[in-house]
Amino acid sequence: MNSLSPTDLSVALAIAGAALATYGLRLGGLLLAEYLPRNGGFRRFMEALPGTILLSLIAPGIFSAGLLGGAAALTTALCAWKTRNLLLAMVLGMGVVAAGRWLA
Amino acid sequence: MIATVDFTDTIGKTKRQARVKMIEEIRKGALANLPVGASVAAYGSVLGMLAAQKGITWLQLLAMNLSVFAGSAQFVMVEMWLPPLPILEMTLAVLVINMRYMLIGASLEPLFKGKSLLHKAGIIHLVADENWAVTMAAYRSRGATTGFLLGGGLCLCTIWSMGTLLGHRLGALVTHPERFALDFAFVAVFTALTVSMWRGTRDIAPWVTAAILAVAAEHWLPGKWYIVIGGIGGALVPVVPAPSFKKKRPASASESKTGEPLAKENP
Repeated sequence: MNSLSPTDLSVALAIAGAALATYGLRLGGLLLAEYLPRNGGFRRFMEALPGTILLSLIAPGIFSAGLLGGAAALTTALCAWKTRNLLLAMVLGMGVVAAGRWLA
Repeated sequence: MIATVDFTDTIGKTKRQARVKMIEEIRKGALANLPVGASVAAYGSVLGMLAAQKGITWLQLLAMNLSVFAGSAQFVMVEMWLPPLPILEMTLAVLVINMRYMLIGASLEPLFKGKSLLHKAGIIHLVADENWAVTMAAYRSRGATTGFLLGGGLCLCTIWSMGTLLGHRLGALVTHPERFALDFAFVAVFTALTVSMWRGTRDIAPWVTAAILAVAAEHWLPGKWYIVIGGIGGALVPVVPAPSFKKKRPASASESKTGEPLAKENP
């Protein structure tokens, strides 16, 4: 009877809630896009959005990570820009953090 | 009669060719996402370790991977995972942090143009930040299809599940994941992805605005509002008319330049 405990029910509800919310946003965005204006200011907004969202996702983390985090992020960004190699950029950035912590 | 036979044969051939092309695109998409997949596995394993510490079973984690399939939201969920589970707060947090998926979904509309609702409803579930970014980059430079997007999604979902489950199993072995900078893996991969979104000097003002808004919002507001505030605030900058900017070059030139990436038709 353990498998039907209230804890399991709440786990199921938590995962289902997150799954439905995420899927609803994904499909909702795709389907609603057809009814959104396709030029002018809105278009410029949509085109700028991918970059600004990704940047907003990481900016506070880098900002609060201090000097080491900043240096590592800068290394990652420079490497990604120069080589276009995501894996190499990530490994370099993590290497800077690991080395910095090891030396500290 | 002969003409009819030829006609059906052509239809069959076209369908077969379309299927072959779709499989080829899925393969291409999966391969293109392998490099980013390595970092996905790295921070997936960190999530697995955190989940194991919170007493989440590997089966629950797998269910989360397959049904939610959104890294940052899953990190937030695991962070909030303390019985009795705050289901409503958790769902709201996921809704806020994943609000960008609505915009990501909308940005994929040109790619999905002319596809059936079933095609859209099926493939859109496997859209994560990484395969979306990789697909958008490919779409802008040489064109990409929904098959390419799906291939990336399948590749990343497999890697994500394997990485998180491996982290879950090995959680007890790696006692100090921060020693290997595994906690920085998430920032590192998103930094690299952000750089790939750079469109030139016209991005300076939106990006600076986004960064300032995000840092300020993260500092002053609870939860994950900073993603939405920074993202929308920064993207609104090119919408606001800049008189000094317009004098330097004709409006039509800037308009065509802005319209270039999404104007391209799906091949």
